[in-house]
Amino acid sequence: MKGAPAETKSRRVDDSPKTGGEAPLAPGATSIFAWLDDRTGYRRILSRVLAEPVPGGARWRYVWGSALTFALGVQFLTGLFLWAAYSPNAQGAWESVYYIENVMAGGWMLRGVHHYMAQATMVLLVIHLVQVIVDGAYRAPREVNFWLGIILLHIVMGLSLTGYLLPWDQEGYWATKVATSIASITPVVGPALQQLLVGGPDYGHFTLTRFFALHAGVLPTALVLVVVAHIFLFRRHGVTAKKPEERADGVFWPDQVLRDAVACLAVMAAVLFFVIRTGGASLGAPADPSEPYAAARPEWYFMFLFQWLKYFPSGTEVLGAIIIPALVVTLAALMPLATRWRLGHRFNLALTAGVLAGVGALTWQAYAQDRANDDFILAKRDADAVAARVVELARAPEGIPPSGARALLRTDPLTQGPRVFAERCASCHAFDGHDGLGGERAEPQTAADLKRFGSREWIEGLLDPTRVATPEYFGGTDFANGRMVRMVQRRIAGFDRAQMEELGKVIKALSAQADLSYQGTMDQADRVEIAEGTALIASESMGCTQCHEFQGEVEEHRGPVLTGYGSREWLLEFIGNPAHPSFYGSRNDRMPQFGTEEIMSPEEIELLADWLREDWYRSEDG
Amino acid sequence: MPEREAVAAKPEPPARRRFLTRLGAAAAGGLSLLAPLWSGLMVVFDPLLRRRSGGDPGMVLVTKLAALPGDGVPRKFRVMADRVDAWNTRPRVPVGAVYLRRSGNLVSALNVLCPHAGCFVNLTQDRSRFVCPCHNSSFDLSGVVNDPSSPSPRSLDTLEVEVRNGDEVWIRFRNFRPGRPEKTPIA
Repeated sequence: MKGAPAETKSRRVDDSPKTGGEAPLAPGATSIFAWLDDRTGYRRILSRVLAEPVPGGARWRYVWGSALTFALGVQFLTGLFLWAAYSPNAQGAWESVYYIENVMAGGWMLRGVHHYMAQATMVLLVIHLVQVIVDGAYRAPREVNFWLGIILLHIVMGLSLTGYLLPWDQEGYWATKVATSIASITPVVGPALQQLLVGGPDYGHFTLTRFFALHAGVLPTALVLVVVAHIFLFRRHGVTAKKPEERADGVFWPDQVLRDAVACLAVMAAVLFFVIRTGGASLGAPADPSEPYAAARPEWYFMFLFQWLKYFPSGTEVLGAIIIPALVVTLAALMPLATRWRLGHRFNLALTAGVLAGVGALTWQAYAQDRANDDFILAKRDADAVAARVVELARAPEGIPPSGARALLRTDPLTQGPRVFAERCASCHAFDGHDGLGGERAEPQTAADLKRFGSREWIEGLLDPTRVATPEYFGGTDFANGRMVRMVQRRIAGFDRAQMEELGKVIKALSAQADLSYQGTMDQADRVEIAEGTALIASESMGCTQCHEFQGEVEEHRGPVLTGYGSREWLLEFIGNPAHPSFYGSRNDRMPQFGTEEIMSPEEIELLADWLREDWYRSEDG
Repeated sequence: MPEREAVAAKPEPPARRRFLTRLGAAAAGGLSLLAPLWSGLMVVFDPLLRRRSGGDPGMVLVTKLAALPGDGVPRKFRVMADRVDAWNTRPRVPVGAVYLRRSGNLVSALNVLCPHAGCFVNLTQDRSRFVCPCHNSSFDLSGVVNDPSSPSPRSLDTLEVEVRNGDEVWIRFRNFRPGRPEKTPIA
């Protein structure tokens, strides 16, 4: 560090252009630098960059521009590294980001730094801008530089918007869809603009290639050009000094650079704090155009715009989405010219304060409304669960198929089962009292609660005289006064201790027919009792086979077959056609023949059956 | 530098020649960039230049009538169709969703996308109306905007429905341009 002034001096000594002859190459680094300087003149440029005088001395208040440049530099650097691992296509974008985040060494931190530094950039930009306005640094002759700053703000917003889509997760996909829809209402060019951005009629491969070209090529190029011009003009006009008469002048290197470097370190520390505290940037479930995402929200610094749009009823959207924002930006751009008017600066200050207050209030309101919205909270919770699940599935030994990670979710009983249940079953059945997804059921419960159907607890409840006629079991159905209910309420209610013991074995044996994986250890441990119970079910004394077929035995077929009761096979056939003679036959209540009538696809029925049986992929570590 | 001074010392060429030199430089420079720029812009504008084949997506089978109780309550169905995405053609993938509603023998279909900004609208818990989870647009069960403060510029988009072979519900599935009062299909 202390070498710098000395070098500057030495430059001045041999500054005179050399004419004729090669400079002799003496051994040692100094002479190599001397040779390089002779051929390029780099020392002069360097010293011009570093020896910039700072009127009134270096100050902490001058660090913001440098901190912002640093933040942009970090984005450039981390962006290049991310580029080396990212694949912009609809079947590979999420997958490559998943790989960066969860598999590649250091990937989570790289992505985390890029993610949080983007937010820091936005914060620093606003601080820088506000400082420039408050200090009056936008006044003549610095108007052009102020405008460059406004352009810079828009480039950074563009980078943020395009970057949000690239992971191709549900959050980014749906939030960006809203943004491009808004672009399409721009007068005259809107539809064309939207098509050009999206790369076709709908989101797909070309949306990603285009957004990526913008994010990693077009916008960064524009950014570099504008930043270079901005810094060049800043150097041309010099810093807008605060009370320069109070202290002696300083030099950029190393007086101001030290302060700038400390500020950069502080920015980096703040970013790392968030990266480590949150475990890096989040990654939602892979984008799916048919899977609604009720929790789609933009980045926090765009939430004010999101909230703003709620206040523009039909017919006035253009006003809210395009015209008013454009007016505010125009007013901001006119700020330097307004200072020609006596009260101009004050007007600008008031405008800035007003916009900031408005943005703050809208942001607060947006979050307050979401916090009070139960649907949003539920959607968010569900989204988080699905996002965690898809990572678990992707980590399974089978990995991600070439068609993408979306297929993993579509064939996953754990996450799809509840959806099928809520859609097809919950109008009559309950699942642990809710609609499968944890939501409240809309209609009164008129069929059994199917949580852990076929398990020991479930069968125990069915054979309990106090519970069989409740809505949990047959209470809401045509069978509320049927033979089964009567049998339980009369016969079982009168069982003595020995019979109750037998009933216990019957329950275990019947439940073992389901071959439930979550009862596997219990079934294995109780195999003697289960063998006894199996014999009891088939026996005349227990009476099951008076109406139910079991291992080929039945007197008169009236109720569902008990062989394999609750097993996968049994469930698939039952859901497919409950009115089949081996189930309820013509006595079937209201349950649709989901398979026979093609109300559900075979895949949907499988998802439902596997979910009810809790048969889904589990990772080794739980 | 010495050479530059020597050039400056020579007599100026005639003004006409200087003009022609400038014109020539600009023309040559411009021409040399024509091919890369023109071809590049064609690629960028390709989505606008491309003629879509027909634009009519045809009818797709959504569900059986048995899955749709005639109680007037809308139910959501996934729409499966072949989808061309740039270089990929994917057979029978989910391309969107519809709310189907049956009152007696009359079946109506609504696209689930909110005409404001394209979010999926939800049926409220009490099944009395649709609400968009993004900017709170509100629609009644037939899809008509029922709250004057709704940002949606039009009612939910209805789709053509046909009941074929007695029990098959077919629809002409398409999305429409969001954010405008008129219903323009996106080809």
